[in-house]
Amino acid sequence: MFDFLDLQRYDLFGAFWVTAQLAVFSAIGSLILGTILAGMRVSPVPLMRVFGTGYVNIVRNTPLTVIILFTSLGLFQTLGIAMGGDTFTETNFRLAVLGLTAYTAAFVCEALRSGINTVPVGQAEAARALGLSFTQVLRLVVLPQAFRSVVAPLANVLIALTKNTTVAAAIGVAEAALLMKTMIENEAQVFLIGGIFALGFILLTLPTGLLLGWVSKRVAVKR
Amino acid sequence: MTTMSDVPLTKDVEGDAAPLAEDLVVLDGVNKHFGALHVLQDINLTIKRGEVVVVIGPSGSGKSTLCRAINRLETIDGGTITIDDEPLPAEGRGLARLRADVGMVFQSFNLFAHKTVLQNVMLGPIKVRKQEKAKVEERARQLLDRVGVGNQADKYPAQLSGGQQQRVAIARALAMEPKVMLFDEPTSALDPEMINEVLEAMKQLAREGMTMVVVTHEMGFARSAANRVVFMADGRIVEEAEPQQFFDNPKSDRAKDFLSKILHH
Ligand SMILES: Nc1ncnc2c1ncn2[C@@H]1O[C@H](COP(=O)(O)OP(=O)(O)O)[C@@H](O)[C@H]1O
Ligand SMILES: [Mg+2]
Repeated sequence: MFDFLDLQRYDLFGAFWVTAQLAVFSAIGSLILGTILAGMRVSPVPLMRVFGTGYVNIVRNTPLTVIILFTSLGLFQTLGIAMGGDTFTETNFRLAVLGLTAYTAAFVCEALRSGINTVPVGQAEAARALGLSFTQVLRLVVLPQAFRSVVAPLANVLIALTKNTTVAAAIGVAEAALLMKTMIENEAQVFLIGGIFALGFILLTLPTGLLLGWVSKRVAVKR
Repeated sequence: MTTMSDVPLTKDVEGDAAPLAEDLVVLDGVNKHFGALHVLQDINLTIKRGEVVVVIGPSGSGKSTLCRAINRLETIDGGTITIDDEPLPAEGRGLARLRADVGMVFQSFNLFAHKTVLQNVMLGPIKVRKQEKAKVEERARQLLDRVGVGNQADKYPAQLSGGQQQRVAIARALAMEPKVMLFDEPTSALDPEMINEVLEAMKQLAREGMTMVVVTHEMGFARSAANRVVFMADGRIVEEAEPQQFFDNPKSDRAKDFLSKILHH
């Protein structure tokens, strides 16, 4: 019954490894970019606020497939930006990470901004009164507390990101969904194949959710 | 106080330095609006080095706004505020440097909730003054001992009583070696049995020569520690006098009315 699962022919683990890498690199990228965007959205400089708000509203409302296709068709094929990749595989992988990062950052930003709103204004005022600069107030006092209060919502964003990596198949990144498509085209057991890939994703996302749920309780700020 | 040591809280005045200006904080014709509300109206106030000024007045009279204007947590619409002969910078580095010289203690303590008591006290000196960590820690522990919470150094603020938190907040402000300390109703959020421990710490500070602006209705503190009482109503300074004179013999009707209210209930 499992003869379709020819691991010589179908590199199941390799494909999920690419999925995991897409998720991890994009998670790191989007956490950084999302934090910067959140900082912009609460900045006293109007231009920064406008940029942050504009970015989030445009990116959040654009389908991920459009963003990923744009990285390939627009950035790479039209503008020749190869992200330092030597092969197509490398370039496509990096473009996918870029697209996923840009997209997910908007959601990280919004989760974080709701966290910033839970930090009492007195915290920032006390920090300003000590003579800390705006970026120090954000970095040392506000964001650490904001992050602690949004670990659970951020976990949701990261789980969504893990599943969204499947969109990278659209530009030929050899991740799990692309392999699934190939296998379903070649083999008869559609439901079994679908089940195996669903299980694979659950194995990636469930521990993330459980771990971050636990972290969320551990780091919660007591007031 | 539970612990008393002889750690000086204020900077020694160096003998060979240039003579220090007598007037430390000067507000000249300060005006401030919140929309249509004229919260500060032509405020003229001079605070001398080493002076302790108590600001008193009905709720909503602009006392907090006055305090917050002095370290520019609120902007002003007109007039000038100078500290040690330097006008308040508008933004950026200069403003941050000025704020570092002005200690502020809030009604709601505002200790950093994610940092331990010790880390709260060490943050400013390390990140703003760029002082060496070991020295900062030594001094922070001395300051905490000094206000009687040395044994709480590794706890988080939420684990402390209000009185303890407020004393930590005082230590945190003192760690910056400020030129002047602002207190905005430091005991108003405290249970009655904790008020004295905070007032004691403040009295000691006053005895050591710290320049202080204290918004408070604690008359005992005003009588024993203040050089001057400033009475505010409706955004104006209505009366200024020595504590004894103000409390025993208020001149303005507003002050008489206000004092009768806080005395009889
Ligand atoms: N951020 C603000 N925006 C609008 N109005 C304010 C703000 N802060 C204070 N006020 C108003 O200004 C007046 C003075 O407030 P405040 O300085 O806090 O008075 P006090 O400390 O003497 O009670 C009050 O009427 C208050 O409602
Ligand atoms: Mg007030």
